[in-house]
Amino acid sequence: MNPFIRYALLTLAALSFIYPFIWMVSASLSSESGLSELTLLPVGFTWSNYATVFTKIPLDRAFVNSAFVAVLTTGLVLVSGAMVGYALARLDFRGRNGIFYLIIFTMTLPFQITLIPNYITMVRFGWVDTYLALIVPFALNSLSILLFRQAFQSLPQALIDAARMDGGNELRIIFQILVPNILPTVLTITILTFMGLWNEALWPLIVIRDESTMTMPQLVTLFSVGGRAEGQLGVKIAAAVLLAIPIVVLYLFFQKHFIRSMASSGLKD
Amino acid sequence: MKKWMPYLLVSPYILHFAVFVAFPVVFSVILTFHSWNIISPMRYVGLANYEHVLKDRLFWQAVWNTLRFLLVHIPLQIVLALLLAELLNRTITGAAFFRAAFFLPVIVSGVVVTILWQQLLSFNSGILNRMLTAIALPRVAWLDDPAIAMYSIAAMATWKNVGLYVILFLVGLQSVPMQYYEAADIEGASSWQKFRYITLPMINPTIFTVVVLSTISGFSLFVEPYIMTQGGPMNTTLSAVMYIYRQAFQYYHMGYSATLGFCFALIILFVVIIQRRYVEQEL
Repeated sequence: MNPFIRYALLTLAALSFIYPFIWMVSASLSSESGLSELTLLPVGFTWSNYATVFTKIPLDRAFVNSAFVAVLTTGLVLVSGAMVGYALARLDFRGRNGIFYLIIFTMTLPFQITLIPNYITMVRFGWVDTYLALIVPFALNSLSILLFRQAFQSLPQALIDAARMDGGNELRIIFQILVPNILPTVLTITILTFMGLWNEALWPLIVIRDESTMTMPQLVTLFSVGGRAEGQLGVKIAAAVLLAIPIVVLYLFFQKHFIRSMASSGLKD
Repeated sequence: MKKWMPYLLVSPYILHFAVFVAFPVVFSVILTFHSWNIISPMRYVGLANYEHVLKDRLFWQAVWNTLRFLLVHIPLQIVLALLLAELLNRTITGAAFFRAAFFLPVIVSGVVVTILWQQLLSFNSGILNRMLTAIALPRVAWLDDPAIAMYSIAAMATWKNVGLYVILFLVGLQSVPMQYYEAADIEGASSWQKFRYITLPMINPTIFTVVVLSTISGFSLFVEPYIMTQGGPMNTTLSAVMYIYRQAFQYYHMGYSATLGFCFALIILFVVIIQRRYVEQEL
């Protein structure tokens, strides 16, 4: 193909992915009358949309909730994934294959089956409207176990033998000796998990009713669906921009790793 | 190493599996035989929930809506992702920039993308209609016309996810041995022939992965129609998950909602198994 056409098509495509975001940011900084412009720069520049968001919904609180939940849960996923992945990759014990197949089975199980019973479990545990409901069900996930297992399998046995000779217990072997050797995998799992948690909207909508415990995507969803935006599009868009900013900033820092981790997992959401 | 050590290490998994997978699956099956609003005690109703599902036209419409979504979303996504991956699959300057641009919507929350596109697709002031009127074409009611609302959502979902599949196809394309193309060049094959007889068969496994992944993610369609159209107009964008959610958390029909979830999961498994069969025959 003619390189000129190739570049023209690629540029057109790139514009169609980037321009809507630029429009979104400039619309959020425009006065209501400037919203319908196909603009790159704000029309009638104003911060008022952002000011209004914070007076209508506790978005700052939701940001803290989201950050707390996503960071803590990602940490738990790394710890539990490394433990289980290590046992599956490196230790010989009865039931190991059984557990491996259970993990595969869980991954293929549509979440629509477990949605209602899991909500009932949360009610029974008294976890509705608490952080526990947002953290515990996600504190372990099958994909991260499989990725850890794969990474641990690729390490030489001599590394583990040497550590055992020095009298290290298994937990120290995992976290002090082996994990530092598979940092790319750890980064992949961190990115996938954090991104999934940050963007999750359905589960919080189900288990959180109290505004002070809501996560960002949930609060923005309810704000946008409910009448509180009062037809002010600029305010709705400003809320969406605020929800997008943290993950976009992370993406700009870790671009390569984001793309690589998604490609290596072959999975999304 | 102590004998119990492996079991200690896998204990978080066992516990999590028991509470959040095994129990829900079993309880889900039990729930389908009961009527329950969470507050009063569960009441055994036999197969009544299942009979109700068969007669529930709204549920079948929601399933059909979800399938219509997939029928547009999946082919569109494969064609666009393959095209973009082909364009990128040369050593061109700026490849990293293009990749990053295509990937931007993938990382952003569906909530953001939906709010954004709700404005872009707006009848009066949306960018798409402004472009149409600028070239003297009539406006389209992207989200208000029952005949096309679901397809607008499918196109939006394609825009959001295509970057991910571009990356998967790029990995696939780069695994095709160059010798094949060189041999084809000697034979004087055209670009289209090379694509049709070398590239396409070689990346078949990637296509299958993309089909299965987007089928499963498409079946969980919820946030997009929930924010954009609330299932309207005339229930044409009501997705199956939305309907299950509605039955449980607006009407508190827990038993019935669980039955819907169960039936819908069977439909998902059925579709995925068919896809696998079909593709295995193709390979």
